[in-house]
Amino acid sequence: MNPDQIEYNIGYLDEQTKRMIRRVLLKAVAIPGFQVPFASREVPLPRGWGTGGVQLTAAVIGADDTLKVIDQGADDTTNAVSIRAFFHKVAGAATTTRTEDATIIQTRHRIPEASLTYGQIMVYQVPIPEPLRFLEPRETETRRMHALNEYGLMYVKLYEDIARYGHIAKTYDYPVLVNHRYLMAPSPTPSFDNPKLHQSQALHIYGAGREKRIYAIPPYTDVESLGFDDFPFEPQHFDQPCAICGSTGVYLDEIITDDAGGVMYACSDTYHCERTAARLNEEIPA
Amino acid sequence: MSDERPLLQVRNVGHRYGDWLGCRDVSFDLWPGEVLAIVGESGSGKSTLLNTLSQRLDTSEGSIRYRLDGGDVVDLADLSESAVRRLWRSEWGFVHQNAADGLRMHVSAGGNVGEPLMANGWRHYGRIRAAATDWLERVEIPRDRVDDTPAAFSGGMRQRLQIARNLVVSPRLVFMDEPTSGLDVSVQARLLDLIRSLVSDLGLAMIIVTHDLAVARLISHRTLVMKDGHVIESGLTDRVLDDPQAPYTQLLVSSILQG
Amino acid sequence: MTTNQPILAVSDLDKTFTMHLQGGQGLAVIRGLSFDLHASECVVLGGASGSGKSSILKMVYGNYAVDRGKVLLRAGGIDIDIATADPREILAARRHAMGYVSQFLRCVPRVPALEVVAEPLIERGADPMDAEERAASLLSRLGIPERLWGLPPATFSGGEQQRVNIARGFIADLPMLLLDEPTASLDARNRRVVVELIAEKIEAGTAMLGIFHDAEVREAVADRVIPVEDFTPMVRAMA
Repeated sequence: MNPDQIEYNIGYLDEQTKRMIRRVLLKAVAIPGFQVPFASREVPLPRGWGTGGVQLTAAVIGADDTLKVIDQGADDTTNAVSIRAFFHKVAGAATTTRTEDATIIQTRHRIPEASLTYGQIMVYQVPIPEPLRFLEPRETETRRMHALNEYGLMYVKLYEDIARYGHIAKTYDYPVLVNHRYLMAPSPTPSFDNPKLHQSQALHIYGAGREKRIYAIPPYTDVESLGFDDFPFEPQHFDQPCAICGSTGVYLDEIITDDAGGVMYACSDTYHCERTAARLNEEIPA
Repeated sequence: MSDERPLLQVRNVGHRYGDWLGCRDVSFDLWPGEVLAIVGESGSGKSTLLNTLSQRLDTSEGSIRYRLDGGDVVDLADLSESAVRRLWRSEWGFVHQNAADGLRMHVSAGGNVGEPLMANGWRHYGRIRAAATDWLERVEIPRDRVDDTPAAFSGGMRQRLQIARNLVVSPRLVFMDEPTSGLDVSVQARLLDLIRSLVSDLGLAMIIVTHDLAVARLISHRTLVMKDGHVIESGLTDRVLDDPQAPYTQLLVSSILQG
Repeated sequence: MTTNQPILAVSDLDKTFTMHLQGGQGLAVIRGLSFDLHASECVVLGGASGSGKSSILKMVYGNYAVDRGKVLLRAGGIDIDIATADPREILAARRHAMGYVSQFLRCVPRVPALEVVAEPLIERGADPMDAEERAASLLSRLGIPERLWGLPPATFSGGEQQRVNIARGFIADLPMLLLDEPTASLDARNRRVVVELIAEKIEAGTAMLGIFHDAEVREAVADRVIPVEDFTPMVRAMA
């Protein structure tokens, strides 16, 4: 058959599956930070490449949505481009790289630098949803810990970091307590982005396709990054500005420029970088 | 010892594994500061009893009443799972025969001892570490081993670490399941001596399961002798061992205690 | 003295050992023993060895079960029948009312002699410094050289261990002391010290119930001797 003649359901997934995922999402929103199991489906990309995020996007996207997809903050990587194209094709959604125009932003690592606004949905692709997993291998036990609000073990991990490195060495997937109740892994986002979750105007939804879990942070929710009284949470910070656009207070990527150890630091958020650089050019009188 | 109410009141307690009875019809009172030994051969039901008392197994029959730190007496069967786990965290300790069952083998010694404190809401790294280090010293582990994992410790050290992890929260009642078996004789003696002095210093109540009557003699006030899931003899430890009444106890004493 | 309540009142005491490993054979040790013990009195259990003297001490101490009869102990705030008391009451009696001195030291490894001796006082709430001072003076009197005080008694000779044990037994001020041949195999000098210690305790009001094979010691300390053979069916049968 000619591939052009194949007709997909809107959003690729069948209606029953989308309904199932939406029901799970409602539950996830109702219990902020709680991991809700769901019947993860096959999607046309390998597990571990963002199947959870793709299913979430598929379940919430419509023809009047505008989708932005980033991978490590960049709109122009293979994965980001392909996923945007995919949903344009199967859901008829518009796509964009402009953060403020997007209604849905699917991401693996970063939260955009621009402040999110009410009505936007952040969709995260999550590899390991259970923050306690590497400390407690038994799912039955971690579930019980969540149910009974027993999170001493998470602090053991932070303790070990300080004992070993003198500070909390975890710089990504830094554990947070959502709405003062559930311990949550913010997926592999850098700890730099953790403060953006607190009282965010946007809805953040997390999908782990392989692990079959969905969880969420509704708008205006308290999100606290864990720490000790004498070793509080400290997000990463960068001393230098972006080498391209000059922005400060943004997350920078280290870019190796030659074989002699030359390095430059530039915005990981490519849209933010381009926009700032463009404004800079406008401001310089011709 | 001045407290005149028992910490634990056990009445006709039993645990079933399906149709089979692991232990049955056990009754005793345990007072603060008292050490009770449960002795018997393997398969006698002593570990089942210990696990039932500590609520790691359910109570199929009978009742276990416990006096909480606040003074209220509760039937353990009426407590929610979270209330039982709170007891595990803050009022009870459980020392396993195999240290690997009671420790996180890939977490540092300090983290192992600090975990119960963190579970009880301690959130100051410096104080957690200081308390953990003090406890390492009390169980005769050098302070400079605080960042080593128990995987690098000898059997005796692991067991002492497990004891520190259990005692750091100042529990009121500690359960021990054959804490010294599997260790060399000289290591055993040191560990027993340590347990004995800690228990008397802290005024703990303790229930210790052992097949070794010498262990019972050294650290317990009272002994229950178990056979086929039943308590066949009980009393003051030196009375049970020096003037055993039941045929089975006489056999145990005559076959184990030589010299 | 007759109007005084006795500290210990034993009446109609029976004891039989049932040897289950030997076909349930019954070994009658004591039949119908009765006696009283008052403050400042030293009563000696007399008779050949194997006549059940130690068994009597052990029953009084709660170490052996009593088959029949009463062992009423009233001293130091304790008022119980040892024969029927529960373990907790017996432990309290041992803490507040009675001590036991045998010729054998059973103690934990690793604890230094001075602490072994001081422990009974510290357990009863004495200041550790004071307790160790008293322990030191007792050890000196019993001829234990000071260089040994910091070492665990497990490393001592048999005679030294025995004297450490005596010091431990005599350190606390209890209303009643049970003495199971404390002077056996001591040399003359140390025997004299033990006799002095006993005399001092009696002077201070302690009641003593003891077994002494050494006739000299027995005569020096005994107010009365109970002929245990009169209450031992087995020995009579054999005789």
